[in-house]
Amino acid sequence: MATITRPADQAPSRPSPLALLWQFCVQNPLGAAGGFLVLVMIVMAVSAEVVTVYDPTSNNFGAMLEPPSREYWLGTDQFGRDVYTRIVFGARTALLVGFVSAFVGGTIGLVLGVASAYFGGRFDLVFQRVMDVLMAFPLIILALAVVSIFGTGIQNVILAITVPFIPRCARVVRSSALAVRETPFIDAARACGFGHTRIVLRHMVPNVMAPYLIMVTAAVGQAILIEASLSFLGLGVQEPVPAWGLMLRGGAQEYAESAPWVAIFPGVAISLAVFGFNLFGDALRDWLDPKMKV
Amino acid sequence: MLRYVIKRLLLMIPTLFGAAVLVFVLMRMVPGDICVLRLATGGGSMDPQVINNCRLELGLDKPYFAQFLAFLKGLATLDFGNSMWTGRPIISEVGLRFQLSLQVAIMATVLSIMIAIPLGTISAVKQNTWIDYVVRGFSIAGVAMPSFWLGILIILGILITSKAWFGRPWMPPITYVPIWQDPLYNLSMLVWPALATGYRYSAVATRMTRSAMLEVLREDYVRTARAKGLFRKLIVRRHALRNALLPVITIIGIEFAFLMGGLVVTEQVFNLNGLGKLFVESVSNQDYNMTQALVMLVVAIFAFTNLAVDVVYAWLDPRIRYNR
Repeated sequence: MATITRPADQAPSRPSPLALLWQFCVQNPLGAAGGFLVLVMIVMAVSAEVVTVYDPTSNNFGAMLEPPSREYWLGTDQFGRDVYTRIVFGARTALLVGFVSAFVGGTIGLVLGVASAYFGGRFDLVFQRVMDVLMAFPLIILALAVVSIFGTGIQNVILAITVPFIPRCARVVRSSALAVRETPFIDAARACGFGHTRIVLRHMVPNVMAPYLIMVTAAVGQAILIEASLSFLGLGVQEPVPAWGLMLRGGAQEYAESAPWVAIFPGVAISLAVFGFNLFGDALRDWLDPKMKV
Repeated sequence: MLRYVIKRLLLMIPTLFGAAVLVFVLMRMVPGDICVLRLATGGGSMDPQVINNCRLELGLDKPYFAQFLAFLKGLATLDFGNSMWTGRPIISEVGLRFQLSLQVAIMATVLSIMIAIPLGTISAVKQNTWIDYVVRGFSIAGVAMPSFWLGILIILGILITSKAWFGRPWMPPITYVPIWQDPLYNLSMLVWPALATGYRYSAVATRMTRSAMLEVLREDYVRTARAKGLFRKLIVRRHALRNALLPVITIIGIEFAFLMGGLVVTEQVFNLNGLGKLFVESVSNQDYNMTQALVMLVVAIFAFTNLAVDVVYAWLDPRIRYNR
């Protein structure tokens, strides 16, 4: 990025991070609420051992399908495992899958999208067709294929969710990068004799950070939702690992009537998490780039 | 316009070809094959001779390249062959489930249009009032709630209310009957999955309608219409909504395409025998023919829906011309 040094007296005083945060909260109360939900989730995931007393994976057949009580805040499931404990530990699984797949998929998409816009021509055309194929390919089939080839497990779930994010992020980033490519400082960088890699990574990528960040934030929520769906289908995380989608599988449907807490609370957790990331992402979008619409 | 459509149709060929390569390679990367699976489920001993015969019969002994060419030839002539698992023609296997999935997708789309357009419009017209907040909350919740969970809640709701009203539990029927044979029975089965998926899609479309309406309501021609004394209702209906609907149509079209291939989870919750279930079964049975045909079907629906959306777009908005 070209930096223009201003005379000292004209330089705007940079607001402190705390002041910026306060400004964000005042301007976007909904976004702040979303950010708060996200924060709660992160705290829950990090301090899961501290905020719970039961073991999330060991069965207790003396306390099967107990209704919510002072002892078991959200009741127990058909194996006598505490629902609250499993939800707290499930936050760990959800955040791990959500963050890793969103960041990895988004970042690969970022680099590919910028490169595609920068080189243009035949490379761009071929690249766009490849992205078309990946976009049109049903996600569930990709996930099924990954699971059949590599087996189930958290790292394969992450792989299955990451791949479909790449084309979506690349699309959005590419359209922003096309505008950046036409700016004079890219020509200037070329004239300086900089290599393509340097121009793409140092001059173009920083200028498309806004759409990238927006895509990634939105993608975390989406990834959590997809992880839940895959685990619900039995294609994602496997028992006994606590995961929200898995908690709704099997038992939850069977016992929905006699023990509705088993079916209700994990769904509430998924909804709140996705809700939080979506609100936060929306606010971030308004804040970073008022012109952009998704 | 015709030239544009032809160009788009031609551009579809590489996309379909790419998808064909991808599904072909992915399926063959899965360890084992259908012959081994069949024998394993039969419980018999793994006689190499039997496995060889099975492969010979299904054409799996041929080199990959020849198999791929056969697959492409089948695609080009729209002859997908037989399912490797059941041995019945793929066309009839898919046709059975296609009806069900198509009906759920159409019902969910109609439902989402019926919810999204009025709600999105009201929300934009009454921006920053309590109505707006309620609609926005409703739609954000819809995006966040997993549709399979909503499905579980719906089933739970049906059970509880049917018990309270009739004294005994009632569950939606499971066997599919086409709507023209017994509409009441058919609807009592498919309304619920349509509701569960439709709510989610209506939420996305509501958000889109609202933001498009907000933008259009600030246009000069809306102010002009107000200035010449037109009724507000008329302005909203005739001047604003018509222009705001364009991006909404895009969203609805893309969602419809996704619904056709992405109902797997909802079908699981409601125990429906649709395309999604067939998908999962054919992948786990390593039924190459069936999986390949299904993937190509879904990718083609996706590509054609995208094209249809773009054509409708140009038809509705005379300012859009696809000349290049």
